[in-house]
Amino acid sequence: MIEATGLTKHYGRTVAVDHLSFTVEAGRVTGFLGPNGAGKSTTMRMVLGLDRPTSGDVRIDGKHYRDLKLPLTTVGALLDAKWVHPNRSARAHLRWLAKATKLPRKRVDEVLDLVGLGSVANKNAGGFSLGMSQRLGIAAALLGDPKVLLFDEPVNGLDPEGILWIRRFMHRLAAEGRTVFVSSHLLSEMAQTAQDLVVIGRGKLIYQGTVSDFVENATENTVLVRSPELTRLADLLRADGVQVVEDGDSIRVANLASSAIGELAAAHRIVLHELNPQLGSLEEAFIQLTGESVEYHAHDKEPTA
Amino acid sequence: MTLLAVERMKLFTTRSPWWCAVLALAVTVGFAALMAGTASAESPITIAATQFGYGFGLMVVMVMAALAITTEYRFSTIRATFQAIPNRTAALLAKTTVVALLAAVIGEIAAFGSWGIATVIEPTADLAINTPFEWRAIAGIGAVYGFAAVIAVSVGVLVRHSAGAISVLLIWTSLLENLIMLIPRVGRDIHQWLPFNVAHQFVTGDPDPSARAIQDGPGLSDAVLSPWPALAYFAGFAVVLLVIALTVANKRDA
Repeated sequence: MIEATGLTKHYGRTVAVDHLSFTVEAGRVTGFLGPNGAGKSTTMRMVLGLDRPTSGDVRIDGKHYRDLKLPLTTVGALLDAKWVHPNRSARAHLRWLAKATKLPRKRVDEVLDLVGLGSVANKNAGGFSLGMSQRLGIAAALLGDPKVLLFDEPVNGLDPEGILWIRRFMHRLAAEGRTVFVSSHLLSEMAQTAQDLVVIGRGKLIYQGTVSDFVENATENTVLVRSPELTRLADLLRADGVQVVEDGDSIRVANLASSAIGELAAAHRIVLHELNPQLGSLEEAFIQLTGESVEYHAHDKEPTA
Repeated sequence: MTLLAVERMKLFTTRSPWWCAVLALAVTVGFAALMAGTASAESPITIAATQFGYGFGLMVVMVMAALAITTEYRFSTIRATFQAIPNRTAALLAKTTVVALLAAVIGEIAAFGSWGIATVIEPTADLAINTPFEWRAIAGIGAVYGFAAVIAVSVGVLVRHSAGAISVLLIWTSLLENLIMLIPRVGRDIHQWLPFNVAHQFVTGDPDPSARAIQDGPGLSDAVLSPWPALAYFAGFAVVLLVIALTVANKRDA
């Protein structure tokens, strides 16, 4: 379990993380979500004791990271796949990590095989593609067989094959009962991987809870309707005080169950061609919640006609 | 011991320490060969003269030592290091120890290699090592290289950038210490206490009374300390710098 209380980090006058408190439950995959620049990486570095919090505290199973004995056996992390010396081979990189963690040499070859880098183990890490670097980083994270895993934007910049591989790997780690804390600025990615969510914006906590609650509470449910008598139906709905948005040859009905729309149509003998409940897009929900907390806004100018 | 093994693995799995070691040896032994080759009956080669190139080797060794830590910052492997070994003092002390030991070994090989090549080129010259001065002039090089490496690692930790750290070290040793002498009145007094000048005193101080022309060996130091206190002073300077570097590294974000 990871527990942050009042975690704060200032860089000069910039506040990167602002009194952030959250818990990452053991044995679950928790997504750490926020727009770019929200303070996710800073938070993760503080969890690992790399950055010193300005105030507040973060503990892993009740202990500060620096007090962990052989920390790689408790927490594995991939914060940046490029944290390797380009002229050192993948195997040599893992060997010194293994030595520092008092692990046997054969563990290095085990994790290399696990991530599918066995055949390029003696190649210099500098020549690796991003996908291969990411695998090497995951191998390093898994080296000490830790119960807790931290990943910072693991799919960023990967090709579809790499993304799929990472996603499957996360599922596998979760199925093994490990605690996984994974950051992303892509909610759709999290929805496929995580059970719990910690959402931050501008360093502040916006939401903590399950993914399904987040989606239900934060999204607007609409129903897509197509019909040859679209205008009549729209007018009938509006007469009942329902919000309707016309969208080409269809309408979107907000906050009304599809059954209610169907019954209304039947009562007025209106033919329906389509009645399709739309799950609110996760991205919309995310933007709705974090909209005010995005650090770098693109200021869209309203056209002045 | 584990941490020393870790740092040894890190150091020797990259190429730059090997290149620097080869270069340091080539420069020092090359100069010794040059000195021996140009010796004549009027000015025969002496033990001190075989070590003429030690100052150049010293610079290469300091570059090697600084790179050992600045490349860790450059490629952020320092973060991976602190992730595996959260005790930063222990991790950095281990690195300093390994780098300093390598520097000392390079120094000894360079010094005895220089002496060796001179004996090969000038077999008739009196190059027997028998006085304390002669031992210091040769075997003392390793000690100077070792402590200089500690200084270089400390500067590397403080500056964190390869180019910056190497500039500081090279400008300090090859330029600044001598330029300070130009300050009117106090310049020479300050110079007597500057660390690399004092380290030079350990190698060249208290020369044997056998009248020896200064141009036949490394120039003499003007430090007032006698050789062994001079080494202690140099070591003390290195330790103070290391303590400052460790304190800063512990406070700073990695």
